[in-house]
Parts: sequence; structure tokens; C-alpha cells
Amino acid sequence: MPRDPKMISIDFNGMKYQVEPDTPLSKLLEAFKFSKRFCAVEINEEILPKNQYDTYLVKPGDKIEVVTLVGGG
Amino acid sequence: MNTGSPNNTNSPNHTDSPTNTDSPSVHRLSVAGITLASRVIVGTGKYDTLELMRDSLDASGSNCVTVAVRREKLYDRDGRNLLETIDLNRFTLLPNTAGCYNAKDAVRVARMGREILKDLNNPGANWVKLEVLGDTKTLLPDPIATLEACEKLVADGFQVLCYTSDCPIMASRLKAAGAASVMPAGSPIGSGQGILNPNNLKIILEYLKSDDPHYPVIVDAGVGTASDVSQVFELGADGVLLNTAIAHARNPVLMASAIRHAAIAGREAFLAGRIPKRLYATASSPEEGLITSRPY
Repeated sequence: MPRDPKMISIDFNGMKYQVEPDTPLSKLLEAFKFSKRFCAVEINEEILPKNQYDTYLVKPGDKIEVVTLVGGG
Repeated sequence: MNTGSPNNTNSPNHTDSPTNTDSPSVHRLSVAGITLASRVIVGTGKYDTLELMRDSLDASGSNCVTVAVRREKLYDRDGRNLLETIDLNRFTLLPNTAGCYNAKDAVRVARMGREILKDLNNPGANWVKLEVLGDTKTLLPDPIATLEACEKLVADGFQVLCYTSDCPIMASRLKAAGAASVMPAGSPIGSGQGILNPNNLKIILEYLKSDDPHYPVIVDAGVGTASDVSQVFELGADGVLLNTAIAHARNPVLMASAIRHAAIAGREAFLAGRIPKRLYATASSPEEGLITSRPY
């Protein structure tokens, strides 16, 4: 797929994605159908507080991890 | 058997839950400022279905469960999140750092777990079951990395429930580092080998409780069946944490019930005080008034 020069590249849960510049983090979560209530988000290994999901705009090269709780011992 | 709390409210009230009031105080476990309804903490991994997990948790009598932190995706075939199945008003969640092989990763995962829990108003929000592993084959803990991570997490305000080997020296070091509970393994995780070195567990209990009798020691890992749980409590441990013994039993719900009873039996036996072992027999019926003769 040819790269759209207007798009930026991010790393999201270990996968590369092209997204619109200045996409709010909350919009990304919605696109992936992730529950904001049950997740935690790290941007470049720093936790992003939940009250900043709407205001944080993704930047080129951001390494984003979204985790939840799963069954474990 | 607990069948769910009819009194659920929006804010968890673990002290007043029916689970707690049904449980006599000798069978409750106090750790990190929270009193749990049962001395059994159960894992939520390895179940075939979320329904089987939910029913097994019910049968265990526990109101504290471990959970793991993983990348978000839809884990259940119906697209459900684990947290939609577990009654958050009833269960204290204990997030683990399973799968971490160095202190940095363990601290990072613990912080992510706390971040998820703090908005869910769960009492376990600043709890972590710390495990830093040294080897993928044995899943035995890396003692040096475990101590390093424990120190960092305690400094960061965590209540650290710390998985460790059955080494008494390491257990003492972790308690000194501020662990809210030291959790020695009975045998390797998921091995079902039971308590391989009861003597070490006895020494750990003696060392950690000598000047601090209420310090909670929870045996974590290796349980295979109910008698292992009874043994844990007969030795004087405060709690047991298990997952595979229930989840992989042929009938997990029945095994969860057996584990619940084994914990009660073991604790009561410990409190009652076992008789010393003797080489020779002592008759239970009176020696006096015998109408029979002895062979010698």
C-alpha cells in the first residue's frame, strides 16, 4: 500500500499503523473497540492518565501499548 | 457455598459482603490492610470457559482472584472482557506480573495493572502479586530481580505480595524489603507436585513470624489437590494461592469446593494442634480391666 504523505506512522500494540496526524488517543481506542473502562494506556513507556485520552494527540513514531486484565494465576 | 452478593452496590464493601459475614474469623485472611473472606486466593487463568471460571470461583469460597495484564484484544470467543464476568463488588482483584523476567518489566506491568484498577474502585488497586521469573522451563523466580522489583514497588506505594522460592533467607530479605506478604512456592508453578520441602516452609514461617506473628505467609504455586492445601495450613501458613489445580481438574467446580473445605480443615487442625509423631503405638482403650492376657 503506498504511503499517504499526510498520514503518520505509529506502533500500536506491536503493530505498525498509519493514522491521521493529531488523532486523539480516545479515537484510536474507539476504532479498535477497546473498552476505556477496563484498559490502561502507555505512550512511549509512560502511562497516559485516563483523563488525557481525549486530549492526547498521537505523534509520529509513538509507541502505544493498550493493556487490560485477563485470566491469570 | 457463596452464590453471589444480593447486596451489591456501586461501591465495593467487602467488609459487609455476605461472603465475609458467613466466614468465621479464623478462616479469614488479613493481608495488606484488607480482610478477605477466605484464606484461599484463586487464579482466573486456564479455564475452558468464563462460566466455568465463575462457577469455580463461587465454589472456592474465595473473594480474591489473581489476574494478568496483557495487550488488549478480545480474549473470549464471544468478545467479552474477563472483568465483565467477575463481580467487581465482590472480588478483590490481585493483578500479577506473570511473564516478567526482569525487574524493569515487572515494575512497568505492575503500574499498568494499578492504572486499570484504580478507576474501578477495587480494594486491590495498589496490590500486586509480584513474580519475576528466571527461567521459562521451571518458572522459578529470579531472586535478585525479585528483590530489586520488590524494593522499587514498595517505594512506589504498592502492597507487594511477593512470589518467591521456598528459601528462608530470600523470604526474610523480601519481608525486610517491605513485602506485604511473602508467598513461597510449594513446588513449580502449575506442576501439581504439592509441597516439596515442608521443612523450608516451616523455617520460613518461624523466621517471618517470630517477632511478627500476624505477618501473612501465603503458599503460592504447586498445589495439586485438596490434601496439599490442608498440608499448607497444617504447617501454619496463612493462605494459599492456586490456579491450575482447580482450572485443570476434571471437574473444576468440585475441586474448588474440595479446596475450600481442605483450607478450613487444615487451618482448624493447625489451631487445634496436632499430636507429636511417636515411633511406637499408644493404646486408645484403657489398660486397666482387661479380661485378656498379653502375648509377653
